[in-house]
Amino acid sequence: MSVFEGFRFRHVTSPIHRLDPRVKFLYVLAMFVVALFFIEFLPLLVLFFLQIPFVLVAGVRREWLRSLRGAVFLVTMIFVFNFVFGYFYRTYSSSAVLLEYSLAMALRFLVLVESFSIFFLTTSPDHLSLALEQSHVPYEFTFAFTTAVRFVPVLAEEAQTIMDAQKARGLELERGNFLKRVRNYIPILIPLIVSAIRRSLELAEAMESRAWGATDKRTNLYVLKMKKGDLILIILSIVLLAVAVYVHFFVTIPSLSTFLPPLPF
Amino acid sequence: MIEVKDVSFKYPTGVEALKGVSLTVKDGEFVAVMGQNGAGKTTLVKQFNGLLKPTRGEVLVDSVSTRDVSVAKLARKVGFVFQNPDHQLFSETVEEEIAFALRNFGFDEATIERRVTWALNLLDLTEYRKTSPFMLSGGERKRVALASVLAWDPSVVILDEPTIGQDHRQKENLRQFIVQLNGQGKTVVVVTHDVEFVAECNPRVVLMTDGKVIADGEAKRILTDTTLALRASIVPPQITQIFLGLGEFGLPTDVIDVSEAKRILLDYLEGVNR
Repeated sequence: MSVFEGFRFRHVTSPIHRLDPRVKFLYVLAMFVVALFFIEFLPLLVLFFLQIPFVLVAGVRREWLRSLRGAVFLVTMIFVFNFVFGYFYRTYSSSAVLLEYSLAMALRFLVLVESFSIFFLTTSPDHLSLALEQSHVPYEFTFAFTTAVRFVPVLAEEAQTIMDAQKARGLELERGNFLKRVRNYIPILIPLIVSAIRRSLELAEAMESRAWGATDKRTNLYVLKMKKGDLILIILSIVLLAVAVYVHFFVTIPSLSTFLPPLPF
Repeated sequence: MIEVKDVSFKYPTGVEALKGVSLTVKDGEFVAVMGQNGAGKTTLVKQFNGLLKPTRGEVLVDSVSTRDVSVAKLARKVGFVFQNPDHQLFSETVEEEIAFALRNFGFDEATIERRVTWALNLLDLTEYRKTSPFMLSGGERKRVALASVLAWDPSVVILDEPTIGQDHRQKENLRQFIVQLNGQGKTVVVVTHDVEFVAECNPRVVLMTDGKVIADGEAKRILTDTTLALRASIVPPQITQIFLGLGEFGLPTDVIDVSEAKRILLDYLEGVNR
């Protein structure tokens, strides 16, 4: 559950927290696009380190590290799959090239997790819904979205309790071959899904009893306004995109293997 | 026997839920762990079957440290019934639900069949054998959860908040059932807020507040101690409150049992009338 931990917002303030969520989202999108632009290792490494100042300024280093740690399993999977399938099904000039490619794919995922983690760690759910609403997304969708986000930690906690309850009945999650292990999760998933459905029905009733949707026009106490910091981030994002496009089309990206001695296999 | 030796426990979130708790639960004992919300009651009993391992100190179950064995292995000895049955029910039928743990522990099919029938009968669930547990009422679901644990006959049974959401009659049934279990030599540990329930059961009471045990002894002594009650934010049983108010008439103030109270009052009234 530690992956979720890295996306959970905590109420602190920093220059990054105060930025307009729409602008932050633009930045995440830019990061996303740029990361998908490249399949080479070096530019992705640059992208990875480029974001670290944000983490430090926002003061969310610990939570951020935790989310990266939570992603380690998937990152390893991506690396292994790319390497193994590349090895058997693709033509490549040397093992080093394949290794670098697989590493790059894993790193790309890490960059994506990194930027989304920064976004969610520094944007309160309230701000997020505000941003959606003021971008003219219908309130029903906004509400559904923020509710989903808000209930992630609740579900994570509940999953933990269910796991405990089943372990107390002798369930061993780590036992057996791969298929058996997947099946081991059925006693966890069924109670979790059933209770999520129950909870959503209860929530719907609670909302209706408080006259949800009685008025069409909603007003907000807070209105989002762009400030100087937001402008800087927009410019940064655009520059990042432009540089990425330029590098992608006009610069030959050096491969790691030109710096390192050849691999023995 | 469960020995808790100077155990401290810190959750990954940094909350220190137990601060140096020492406690011994002997075989065949009946213990109620009480205290306000967040006192560390559930955290303490989760140490008993290894779901949580102490950050400092150690917990020994029959002289084996919980650090050295898996939860599945400990669970064979220490059965734990969770507060909310919905956190564990997942099977298509009540029968399958009860058989789940037995399968995990590797019992053979004949034994499983026998144990399931026995547990269904014990908790008066035989008619629901082939019913989906999701179709049952709250109280029935709770009984299925209880049956699914008792089926493997653990020597220690831990019940987390067993009385929550139960009506009076079910509570009374539960009380009799627990007393009966204890009578058969099982160690029973109950985590609860329910003072009246504890007063009627009259077990040993372990009172916790803020991650520490502040009192440990017979229910009669602890539930009638107003200073302790205040510290652990529990209210003495109603019958005790009456007798605390009647102290000036020379009546005892440490009464928790209704029939005892009746006898004392009748004796007193007889003395007055004479």
